[in-house]
Amino acid sequence: MSDATVDPRFRRKPPKRPLRLSWSDERVRGIVYQVLVVALIGSVIYWLWSNTVHNLEVRRIATGFGFLNREAGLPIAEHLIPYDPTDTYLRALTVGVLNTLKVAVVGIVLATILGTIIGVARLSKNFLVSKIAAFYVEVIRDLPLLLQLLFWYTVMQGLPGPRQALNPVEGVFLSNRGLKLPWIVWEPAHTAALLACVVGIVLTWLYARQARAKQYADGQPRKVWPAAVALVIGLPVLTWQVMGAPWQGDWPALRGFNFQGGVNVSPEFAALLIGLVTYTAGFIAEVVRAGILSVSHGQWEAAQALGLRHGSVLRLIVMPQALRVIIPPLTSNYLNLTKNSSLAVAIGYQDIVSIANTTLNQTGQAIEGIAIIMLVYLTISLSISLFMNWYNARIALVER
Amino acid sequence: MSDITANTPAIPEQRARSAPLTAVGPIAWMRANLFSGWLSTAVTLVCGYLIIRAVMGFVDWAFINAIWSVPIGPNGIAQTQACRDLHGTGACWAVVTEKHRFMLFGTYPYEQHWRPALVCILFVALYIVSAMRRFWNWTLIPIWIGTLTAIGVLMWGGVLGLPYVPQERWGGLPITLILATFGLAFAFPLSILVALGRRSNLPAIKVLCVVYVELIRGVPLISLLFMASVMFPLFLPEGMNIDKLLRAQIAIILFAGAYLAEVVRAGLQSLPKGQYEAADAMGLSYWQKTTFIILPQALRTVIPPLVNTFIGFFKDTSLVLIIGIFDLLTAGKTAIVEPAWQGFGVEVYVFVGLIYLVFCFAMSKYSAGLEADLNKHRRR
Repeated sequence: MSDATVDPRFRRKPPKRPLRLSWSDERVRGIVYQVLVVALIGSVIYWLWSNTVHNLEVRRIATGFGFLNREAGLPIAEHLIPYDPTDTYLRALTVGVLNTLKVAVVGIVLATILGTIIGVARLSKNFLVSKIAAFYVEVIRDLPLLLQLLFWYTVMQGLPGPRQALNPVEGVFLSNRGLKLPWIVWEPAHTAALLACVVGIVLTWLYARQARAKQYADGQPRKVWPAAVALVIGLPVLTWQVMGAPWQGDWPALRGFNFQGGVNVSPEFAALLIGLVTYTAGFIAEVVRAGILSVSHGQWEAAQALGLRHGSVLRLIVMPQALRVIIPPLTSNYLNLTKNSSLAVAIGYQDIVSIANTTLNQTGQAIEGIAIIMLVYLTISLSISLFMNWYNARIALVER
Repeated sequence: MSDITANTPAIPEQRARSAPLTAVGPIAWMRANLFSGWLSTAVTLVCGYLIIRAVMGFVDWAFINAIWSVPIGPNGIAQTQACRDLHGTGACWAVVTEKHRFMLFGTYPYEQHWRPALVCILFVALYIVSAMRRFWNWTLIPIWIGTLTAIGVLMWGGVLGLPYVPQERWGGLPITLILATFGLAFAFPLSILVALGRRSNLPAIKVLCVVYVELIRGVPLISLLFMASVMFPLFLPEGMNIDKLLRAQIAIILFAGAYLAEVVRAGLQSLPKGQYEAADAMGLSYWQKTTFIILPQALRTVIPPLVNTFIGFFKDTSLVLIIGIFDLLTAGKTAIVEPAWQGFGVEVYVFVGLIYLVFCFAMSKYSAGLEADLNKHRRR
């Protein structure tokens, strides 16, 4: 409500009553209660803290983060940055954080795709499809995630050994050592092409913005897709060609007792990823379904009456409205997936929890170890919610 | 309208026609729901094929090719060669037949197993009674206190001629039910206080509640469990020690309290301001207003999300596996550590999963029914 419509009498502040030192004064009571609660909690914290200090002294545990610069000596199978057991604890923990981020990012992307498919399938007019999706959602959501993770890990371990590995397609091997996929020998040209692709996307975005501004100005729609194709696909390909177009496959092959070459998806990572993705997808499916159902039928009909094509109706009318309902609960599902990735410790994938846990067992630095775990997750949680809140605010319905 | 009908030739008298067969009945239903177009038909055929394959494969594995029991060797070790010879084409339910007592009750003394079994029955009875709306009044409080006391007596023993069983030997399903039920019983009142605190006008109390909720919700449960198992002993004065199960229980209460508090807060927020103002106008004190006017209405609106939170929280008790507490899932995982049973994890997890599924599915159906019931007044 704008200020002009407010009765001027109500704009004046209520008269300030003097603070009476009496129990019947609400403000006095409030202050007393707050002082009591804060004093109580403060004394409990002080008590716990003094106990801790005493216990640490008795057990001769030095506090502080000095241990981070000591040699870790713990082997880590999967690392995105170079790592050696002789490196420091700090580096080991960084590897752990990166492993957590790796599974969280891949998991969020895959869970969103799978969840959207299942959510839409649940709304299908086809009886079988909607019932399969409903059955999936019901079962997945009623089983503990840890049980599912252990199940997938057991299934992974039950796969045959490298010599009898399943070989569904040429170059792909599935065994109890994990999934082996062919890859290409990475050369600077590929990095350059990747960069060119990013540049292309940015340029396309700028171009689309400009095109839209021009359309607003003169009403003429402009085709964006030819420029998009040229920038996003053409530019990287051109860069790659100019730099010599290297293309050498790196095919996995069985040598001795294990596979050489290709990329490896470890069984731990695969089990964690499958578990997290299938579990979270069950929840995302419900969010997507609720979002689509929230758009009233009249919106579809009105859009069709305007003569819009099906794709345009979906893109311009339905999705923006459904997204408003979908985004906030989707955010909490992303947060849950990230936090749930901490269960990796149960199946031996070395994420931050697993590595911090080993660290605190080796060094005895329990407080620091757990503080690191909590700090990492708080940072990740806050970043995701900040980003999603920003996105949510962008797409939210602007009302008066 | 009348002009047109007047000019059209009269329709010759006809017998009333029966409804076309293609509009009602099973065939019409199939046409509408399974074969409404070429795409739909193709999808139906593919899905139908996949379902039949999957169901037949499962039946083959779980029933036809399955082995239900194996001979026990002279040294007390099961002879699982027959199971291994199946090479995964059939389930080895023998591991469940052989180990189900261990999975359900852990290392509780074997001849005393009737006690944890009775405890599980008491818990289920308690849930059923609490779910009946007839008992949604003050009688529920003595029922809960009485049942929980009986459960404590049964588990520990030491009185009424029952031999004493130390807490270290408890395990399996009773642990899962104890963690979930006691967690809930303490987390719920805590969550109400925190939710009220978060809505309070007193800044210090509000800040404390916000920090508590956000801190707990921002970190994974297992970091709290680690805290309970590793850091808690450091917090307490020397010589004073509380056992692992209680520490995990405290962590679970704190965790559930934060999540439930948000649900309750949503309920408090959904109440129209007029309710607060009317209560104030009546001259009620804060606690009178809260207990008689606000909470009954707020809690009623959030019963379905509360039940959903309970489900999530029942499942999350399985995380105590990570700090080595012997709940249902830990017992299942331990059962397959024995060399004879190694490699039959899938069967064990299916069995344990079924137990969780029964509890959670019952709760989720109940929640859906309740939601429909409570929203009757909103339906037109």
